[in-house]
Amino acid sequence: MINNYEELSDMHIDVLREIGNIGAGNAATSLGMILDAEVGIQLPKVQITDFDSAVEALGGAEAMTVGVLLNFSGEANGMIMFLLKIEDAENITSILVEEDASGEKGLSDIKLSAIKEIGNILGSAYVNSIALLTGLRIDISVPYIAIDMAGAILSVPIIEFGAVGDKVMFIEEGFFTAEKQLDSDVVMFAEVDTLQRIMGRLGLEV
Amino acid sequence: MSGLIKVGISDYAKSRAPDIIVTYALGSCVGICLYDNVRKIGGLSHIMLPESSMASRTETNRMKFADTALDDITRELMGMGAGRLTAKIAGGAQMFAVSAMGAMGDIGGRNVRAVKAALARLKIPIIAEDTGRDYGRTVYFDLSTGIMKVQSIGKSTQEL
Repeated sequence: MINNYEELSDMHIDVLREIGNIGAGNAATSLGMILDAEVGIQLPKVQITDFDSAVEALGGAEAMTVGVLLNFSGEANGMIMFLLKIEDAENITSILVEEDASGEKGLSDIKLSAIKEIGNILGSAYVNSIALLTGLRIDISVPYIAIDMAGAILSVPIIEFGAVGDKVMFIEEGFFTAEKQLDSDVVMFAEVDTLQRIMGRLGLEV
Repeated sequence: MSGLIKVGISDYAKSRAPDIIVTYALGSCVGICLYDNVRKIGGLSHIMLPESSMASRTETNRMKFADTALDDITRELMGMGAGRLTAKIAGGAQMFAVSAMGAMGDIGGRNVRAVKAALARLKIPIIAEDTGRDYGRTVYFDLSTGIMKVQSIGKSTQEL
């Protein structure tokens, strides 16, 4: 029985990393299809950190960030966030959306919709692969988007999952493509109970 | 020389003029600036959740919750010699346009209400406020003047 994230063992963390790897692998395949490019993933990182370090690891408090949020619920409860720096959001959308005739700088509404949809596809691919792997019934919300300081965006999962204890756990996956600069992260936060249930389904005693 | 003191998430700091206390990127969290403008003593608290009754039995971090954090920082400021305190508050945004987000609901709004309730109980008047809406805020609290400076992306800086 695990009461908080700090009690997760190295073996648990290895399993979570592998789950992240499978989720992100599926997400990368989906992203590659959208962008018509080879999308690679970095080795997933499982982090159990205090709140400020989590913000630091995911960009830094005041870094201007685009965040797409999906909640998942049912037999597993958590959040998936697709995070990218504002410049990378510009880059990724320039592949998908023609430049505005107006020459409008920054992220137009259509570009924002494109980012939101990419976040939706990535997050859904990620969560669906966990559902498939574990046989758990998991519902996914519609995507929500925010453009703001990373710290402010991350206050949402930190509040949700930091209510117990002084640490949060997240699985972070970096995505990259060969040609275009595309540094982005898919980050999964989940309740401790959910982590236990997932590991239990995979035959790991917890 | 004035120092810049940083306050993290579920943390607080207290000092006196000419120091400046800062907390970065408040989202749904709330920053509370408490100040004695005669003695130029003040503190900044960055709370994350409304009430310590939400805590588990093993919870030890009183700085995380509006009620316990404000009790503690007020007592510590009094210990430094502060007399009459006033409050300025910022944060409590709803970062994502989520209508029903489970148990947490509109946590930003609930945090702001809990801060106001705790300050009312401590009889500390709120003299300035920049709360709610849907954007993040960085707060600088100048203990020489008592001014709370609020910075947000794409908006002009406010001095309250």
